[in-house]
Amino acid sequence: MGHKLEITGVRKVFQPDDGRQPIVAIDRFDLAVDDGEFVCLLGPSGCGKSTLLNIVAGFVRPTEGRVTLDGAEVSAPGRDRGVVFQDSALFPWFRVGQNVEFGLKMAGMSRPERERIADQYLDLIGLRAFRAAFPKELSGGMKQRVAIARALAGDPKILLMDEPFGALDAQTRGTMQDEVTKIWAATGKTIVFVTHAIEESLLLADRVVVMSPRPGRIKAVLAVPLDRPRSDVAPDFVALKAEIQELLRERRND
Amino acid sequence: MSQPWRTRMARSTSVALFVVAWQVASVLNRRYQYLNPILFPGPLDIVRAAWDEAVQGILWRDIIASLARIFQGFAIGSIVAVPLGCATGYFRRLEDWVDPIIELFRPVPPLALLPLFIIWLGIGEVSKVLLIAFSTFFPIFLNTTEGVRSTDPLHLRAALSLGANRWQIFTNVVARSALPGIIVGLRLGFALGFFVLVAAELIAADSGLGYRIQESRNFFLVDRMFVGAAVIGVLGFTFNVVLRRLEEFLLRWRSTIVQARA
Repeated sequence: MGHKLEITGVRKVFQPDDGRQPIVAIDRFDLAVDDGEFVCLLGPSGCGKSTLLNIVAGFVRPTEGRVTLDGAEVSAPGRDRGVVFQDSALFPWFRVGQNVEFGLKMAGMSRPERERIADQYLDLIGLRAFRAAFPKELSGGMKQRVAIARALAGDPKILLMDEPFGALDAQTRGTMQDEVTKIWAATGKTIVFVTHAIEESLLLADRVVVMSPRPGRIKAVLAVPLDRPRSDVAPDFVALKAEIQELLRERRND
Repeated sequence: MSQPWRTRMARSTSVALFVVAWQVASVLNRRYQYLNPILFPGPLDIVRAAWDEAVQGILWRDIIASLARIFQGFAIGSIVAVPLGCATGYFRRLEDWVDPIIELFRPVPPLALLPLFIIWLGIGEVSKVLLIAFSTFFPIFLNTTEGVRSTDPLHLRAALSLGANRWQIFTNVVARSALPGIIVGLRLGFALGFFVLVAAELIAADSGLGYRIQESRNFFLVDRMFVGAAVIGVLGFTFNVVLRRLEEFLLRWRSTIVQARA
């Protein structure tokens, strides 16, 4: 059997409107992700990691190369890929429950059925009591949990997360990292998670894809053979962290 | 809209003091004849005049005539402006065709077109209703397109990745994002429509509150002129409150409500 997600020879060139030099955002990007795997794309801002995620999500078309999910080529956004954005992107005019049910409603599912499924995911994120609340009544971390539930409710084949905790304070961020590990364990989803925080990638991922900027390329792929729950002070963790720091430092001396 | 009682007290007292001061000034004026008292009625004179008009029935006829015009005009204006504004904001191609036409007509004050409307449509109701519709159209249209365009691209992406089709995106995301803008447009449109209504009635009508002011002027009934102005003010105030309540209800999901003033 092939891989869950395959990214082959992807290149993305942005052509500025004002006639300046084209910008190569991503070049020669190859990556295969297995079913149930948790992969982090790690790199400094401007390394094209979000662009790559947007290509996988189908929001952006690659200039060259292809992306396949379960062997089928990705060409447009679709409900087989759940997306969690940095700013929760919850629909503020819908209540929490309506947000979680959104994808199911669009697919024409009956109300009792989609309420049942939404409750299931609200239980998973521990926010069932907030079903009738509007997003404005939630904290940043709660919003992101709802956004995760919304992305999961349609039972996508893969979950794409674009720096989902980047805007949260350090403490909430830690809680959310535990939460996402728990959700991943409970659902067995394949997750591609974009971050610029080394610790975050090492706390979460099976493999960390370290990227270098301009053009965005894979610098190295590191397996993280640490048992969960992980401790950021364990010697192996610290060693891996130092290794990645070194990789990211090299870039600047190019 | 629950204000602290201190604020409410201050606001009510302010209005009450104004009315009392006016009444005192008018009584003093009657005694010392600084101005001809007929030109400067006090609040009580105006209430008395309003009472007379109400008993005679002309006050209700005027209110109904004016309200019928504003509601018909406002309804026609919104029914045209909201869908057209949605389409123009949603489809970029259409924008390049519609925008120039709008910009061509927008700077023309609606009242400048009143004589033209009268020549085309006669002195009856149609010319006034359509002039109101015409004037309400612009603020509603412009705020609707603006609202549609202000849709967060992230919300569009979220909806796409959740499997929504174009129509579902329009009804569930774009129209909802545009709603605050549409409501601001409706409020501005109503205020402008009211303005045009009264002006049109002053110039060319045989009923309505604006007409009554003009007619009272011809008969030198200054207190009735004040009644007309006061009733117009009360109606405008009432509708603004109603529209604001509606806005607060429809936009209860928002953290802040934009306070548009016009």
